[in-house]
Amino acid sequence: MIALAASGPVIPTFGGGTSAFACERANRLFCPDWVSHNWGTVLWPALRQHVVLTLIAVSIGFVISTSLALIAYRRRWVERPVLIVTSILYTIPSLALFELLEPIPGLGLSRTTAEVALVSYTLLIMFRNTLTGLREVPADVRDAAAGMGMGPMQSLLRVELPLALPAIIAGVRIATVTVISLATVASLIDNEGLGAPILSAISNEVFKTELIVAGGMAVGLALAADGLLVITQRLLTPWTRAGGT
Amino acid sequence: MILLAANTFVEALKFIGRNGQIPGEPALPTLVHLTLETLKIAGIGIAIALAIAIPVGTWLGHIHRGSFVAINLGNIWRALPSLAVLAIGVAFLGIGLKNVELALVVLAVPPIITNAYVGIDGVDPDIVDAARGMGLTGWEILRKVELPLGIPLIFAGIRTAALFVVSTTTIAALTGYSGSLGDIINNETSYHLPGVLGAAICIAALALVVEFALALIQRALTPRGVKLEQGDDFALAVVPVVTEGAGAGS
Repeated sequence: MIALAASGPVIPTFGGGTSAFACERANRLFCPDWVSHNWGTVLWPALRQHVVLTLIAVSIGFVISTSLALIAYRRRWVERPVLIVTSILYTIPSLALFELLEPIPGLGLSRTTAEVALVSYTLLIMFRNTLTGLREVPADVRDAAAGMGMGPMQSLLRVELPLALPAIIAGVRIATVTVISLATVASLIDNEGLGAPILSAISNEVFKTELIVAGGMAVGLALAADGLLVITQRLLTPWTRAGGT
Repeated sequence: MILLAANTFVEALKFIGRNGQIPGEPALPTLVHLTLETLKIAGIGIAIALAIAIPVGTWLGHIHRGSFVAINLGNIWRALPSLAVLAIGVAFLGIGLKNVELALVVLAVPPIITNAYVGIDGVDPDIVDAARGMGLTGWEILRKVELPLGIPLIFAGIRTAALFVVSTTTIAALTGYSGSLGDIINNETSYHLPGVLGAAICIAALALVVEFALALIQRALTPRGVKLEQGDDFALAVVPVVTEGAGAGS
């Protein structure tokens, strides 16, 4: 019934009855022997791939959505079409989007397909946050910048963007945890990341330790990334704390 | 190359037209059946989540307490990968509907609580004072003043949750639970690429239809006065709202 043809042959990591470890043979909830034995070959590489997948997707998504937000900031009419398209992309369930991209020439079962889908989920979040952040810069501040002799470009770089930074980083933060979450499903397409051990733990007999450890690592990675971005935001925008808000 | 891809899409549409059957193969579950099953599983999850989250969120908002819990719940929720929640659930509960529904509720409750809290808590205190001055009791204020005014945000939470639930219901197929449209995607050996693509199109359409339907319900429930204030912009109502406001400041 359960065939993971889409992700190619899944190499089982669960020895079941033939394993050398008693806790693995018994399929206990947590088998430390299995974890230490497979950490270097299965779990650590999956974690590393997951981080790389996420970094690439968030970086590309950041460049695209920030560019679109800057264009929409200057040309108001751009906002609506961008919002409609990115909302539709955001609404499509991840499982479906990966498969919708698969038949497109040049994509197929590859990391590129996974990245295209992951990037498309970041656009709505970062576009809207950046644009809202820029729009919320008080008109007085903009006037003051102009009064000091700053041109539009200078005002944008030295006044408006820095003031929008908290909203921009909040967008990066939401996009990052969203991508970490969806990258687990991307394993169906490119068989890497923390989703891969989860899928292989299901595809033979249900192997509990691997499910819990890989699932826990995905949750832990998302929480760690979230925390790291909160700290980054505080370091980059010390003035947001000065007001006590 | 491009012709081949176009051909796959045509085959996928034909697969949908045949209601999920493949010529020359034994009868398979129909697409209509699988779509309804997906809706049913998602519907149960959302219903349980609503029953828990709406009373808690609105009550916390009404008494203006628990902002730390309500808002951080939303932040932690965003960090929960659906596949991981399902996988951990399988380890404890085994493969089955119980595990899927539990995961759906776990994923749907936080955004509804956070948004309901923010929606009710953020109602203009002057309006609440005016209502109290008119002699309304706490319960009446909640029902007649705060709830109608909080509808846009409350629904933003419900729509975010619904989207998540539909998506997670299909992902549940990856963790071995069969009985949703995700089954087809998980079974490429029987269905081949056109079938998988057809199912993906159905899932995408289902999510968009659910989102659109909830936008319509929200519109019907929003009092006319609030609608006028917001500017009656229907197209934007279809845009799902991410609860970035709640997390931005923390």
